[in-house]
Amino acid sequence: MTDLIAFRQETRAWLEKNCPPAMRTWMPEDEQVAGGLRADYVRPEQKIWLDRMAAKGWTAPTWPKRYGGGGLSADEAIILDEEMQDLGCRTPLRGMGLSMLGPTLLEYGTEEQRQTHIPKIVTGEIRWCQGYSEPGSGSDLASLSTRAVLQGNKFLVNGHKIWTSNAHLSDWIFCLVRTDPTVKKHDGISFLLIDMDDPGVRPRPIKLISGKSVFCETFFENVQVPASHLVGQLNKGWTIAKRLLEHERKGIGGIGARGAAKFELPPETVAKMHVGEVDGRIADPILRDHIAAFSMDAAAFQLTRRRAAEEAESGAAPGPLSAMFKYYATELNKRRYEMLLEGEGFQGLGWEGEGFTDDELRFTREWLRSKANSIEGGTSEIQLNIIAKRVLGLPD
Amino acid sequence: MALALNEETRMVRDTALEFFRERSPITALRKLRDDNDPDGFDRTLWRQMAELGWTGFLVSEDHGGSAFGVTGLGQVMEAAGRTLAATPLLSTALLGASLLELAGSSDQKDEHLPPLVAGERLFALALEETSRHAPTHIATTAVKQGDGYSLTGQKCFVLDGHIADVLIVVARTGGAVGDRNGITLFLVPADAPGVKRTRTIMVDSRNAALVKLDGAAATVLGPVGGASDLLDTVLDRARACLAAEMLGSASEAFERTVQYLKDRKQFGVQIGTFQALKHRTAQMFCEIEVTRSTVVAALSALDEHANDAAALASLAKAKANDTIYLCGNEGIQMHGGIGMTDEHEIGFFMKRARVAQATFGDAAFHRSRYATLMGY
Repeated sequence: MTDLIAFRQETRAWLEKNCPPAMRTWMPEDEQVAGGLRADYVRPEQKIWLDRMAAKGWTAPTWPKRYGGGGLSADEAIILDEEMQDLGCRTPLRGMGLSMLGPTLLEYGTEEQRQTHIPKIVTGEIRWCQGYSEPGSGSDLASLSTRAVLQGNKFLVNGHKIWTSNAHLSDWIFCLVRTDPTVKKHDGISFLLIDMDDPGVRPRPIKLISGKSVFCETFFENVQVPASHLVGQLNKGWTIAKRLLEHERKGIGGIGARGAAKFELPPETVAKMHVGEVDGRIADPILRDHIAAFSMDAAAFQLTRRRAAEEAESGAAPGPLSAMFKYYATELNKRRYEMLLEGEGFQGLGWEGEGFTDDELRFTREWLRSKANSIEGGTSEIQLNIIAKRVLGLPD
Repeated sequence: MALALNEETRMVRDTALEFFRERSPITALRKLRDDNDPDGFDRTLWRQMAELGWTGFLVSEDHGGSAFGVTGLGQVMEAAGRTLAATPLLSTALLGASLLELAGSSDQKDEHLPPLVAGERLFALALEETSRHAPTHIATTAVKQGDGYSLTGQKCFVLDGHIADVLIVVARTGGAVGDRNGITLFLVPADAPGVKRTRTIMVDSRNAALVKLDGAAATVLGPVGGASDLLDTVLDRARACLAAEMLGSASEAFERTVQYLKDRKQFGVQIGTFQALKHRTAQMFCEIEVTRSTVVAALSALDEHANDAAALASLAKAKANDTIYLCGNEGIQMHGGIGMTDEHEIGFFMKRARVAQATFGDAAFHRSRYATLMGY
C-alpha cells in the first residue's frame, strides 16, 4: 500500500516535470499520435512527449520490460492513468499496435516475433493496421477469401481487404488470410504479419460521410510474405482472430471513459449555451429530460465498468459484464453526439466555413464519425448475438 | 463507495434468497389475493423475518437493532422482489425505522423501536396527497392543541396503511403547498379518533390505504416545520431499497422469460433461436446489469452519507423504473398468449412493476431531480 502511495507521488512528480504544457490541452482528433515511419507531428511537443513516455515504457504500461514495456502492475497502471487524467496529459501514443496486436503477440507470438515487433510498437516507430473485413465478408468475417498459398518458405498473398483503418499511413498490417479453402470456413484461416512496403500492397482511402478518410481498402497482388510471419499455427488463425477482437472491442468499449474527457463539453453545458436557462435549469424542459436520460445512462454505464473491475479484484467469479461493454459504450457515444446536436439547434448543422465555431463544426463531424462506432469491430447486432449465445445460452 | 458486495453482505443476500424462495413464493401472494386476506400479508412470515434481524438493520444496537445498514436491507428487498413477497419491509423496517431512528426523541425511540424490531408493531408513512409522488405538495394541516397537534387532511397511496399500528403523517405547520419549509412529521396511533382508513385494493395485490384525518390528535416527530431535509434522506433510502426490490423482480421476470424462450417451440424450433427475440433479450440483460450497478452504488453511498447519495438514489430509482417496465412488458409479450393468463405467474411481475414505478417517484420525476442536483 505504501509502495503504491510512493509510486503515485513519484509518477505525479515525473509527469509534472516531463509532460510539456502543450500536451496538457484538449487533443483534437488530428493531433492524436499514432507513430509510424510516415508520422506527421503537427507540434514538436508531440514527439518529445512520445519519446519521454516511450523511454519509460509508459506507452504500454503493463507490458513486460524485456520488450520495452513499462512492467507496471495493474494497480500501478491505474495510478498512472489517474494521474495523467488529473493533469490532463494527452495519451502519448495510440494505435492498433498498442491496443490489439501487442497483446496478441504477447499471447500467441514466437519469441522472435515479440522481440522484432513489440519494442517498435512501444516506441511508435512502426504503425500497424488491421486487415480483417473484406467487401464480401463484414459481419460474416469468417467467410473471408483473401488467399495465402504456402510456396516453400513464403506465402503468396492475393486478395482485397476493406475498412483497413489508416492503411495509407501504416507500415505493417496484420491480416486474416485463407490458407485452406477446402475445409469448414473457421478451420482454414491463418493470421499473418505483412510488411506494407511490398509493392504488391496498395491501400486506397475511402471518403466517409464525415468527409474524412480514416478507412481504406487495401489490395494484395502477389505479395510475398516469409513463412516466419505466421502467428500461431497454420489454419488456426480464427482463435487468434477472436482473441484480438476482444482487445479491439475492449478498446472501443472504452470510448469516452478516458483521455480527453477532462476537456470535453458535456451536453448539458452545450444546451444551456444555446437555449438558455431558467433558475439554473435548461430552459427547454423536454431537451432537459432527454439530456438527463442520456447522462444517467452514461453514469450508470461508468458505474458498471467500475463494478466489473471491483468484482474482478475482489476475487468473485468473473462476471459476464464485459460482453456488453462494446455494445453499450458505442450506443451511448452515438446518443452523446445526438444530444450535443440537439442542444445546438441550427448551430449543430454546419459543415464548414463561417457562421460556426470550431467546436460546433467539430461536433458535426464527430456526430457523423460516431455512427461507425456501432459497426466497426463487430456491429451492435453481432454483440447482441454474442450476449444471447454466450451469456444467456439461447440456442442457435 | 464500494460496488462489489463484501462477504457479510453476500451472506445476507444468500440467506434472504433462500428464505423467500422457500417460504414466500408467488403462490403465497396469489393466495393472499384470492382469499381476500384481511391483512394482505403473512404475520408468521413477518415474525420470522424479524427473528432473522432484518427489521433491525436500520436500528441502532441501543434499541435492539444491528445498524447493519441500507446495503444489507437492500439485499433482503432484492430477494423479496424475486418472489414478489408482500411484506412490511418498506413501510416498517425502512421508513418507520429510519424516521424514528433519525428524528425520534429518546422517549419515542424507547417506546417504538423495540416492538418494531421485534416485528410486533407496524408503521406506515402517510405522505402523498395528489395523483403522483410530490413530497412537498402537502396540504394536510397541523394545528397546535394542548401538548400536541390536531391533524386534518386526506392522504392517499399510504403503503401498508390499513395494517399499520402507527401512522407517520407528513403535515404542514407553516408555509404554503409546495414549500419545503413548514413541513412537520407526526406520530398518530392508527386507531385514534379522527382517523379513518380505507383499504385500497391495488393492481399488484399489495397493501395500501386512503387515510382521512379529521382533527386527529398527534405528537411531533422531529423538528417542527423543518422536516423536509430529513424526509428527503429517508425517502432516498426508500427509493434505493425499492430500486433493489424492483431489480430483483426484473431479474426474475427476465430469467423466467429466457427459460421460456428455451422451452417453447414454434415452427419446429425453440423460439429462442429467433434473432428478433434474442436481440431484445440481450438488451434486457444489459439494462439489468447497468441498473444493478446504480442500485449497489446508491445503497453504498447512503450508508457512507456520501455527497452524491441523493443523485445516486434518483439514478437508481429511474433506472429501476425503466428496467422493470421493460422486463415486465417484454416478459408478457415473449410468453405470448399464456402470458396474458392469470394462471401463469409472469403477469404478476408487470402488475407489481406499475405500482413500484409510481412509488416515491416515477422515471420523469427522478430525471428532473437528477438534473437539478447536477446543476442543470
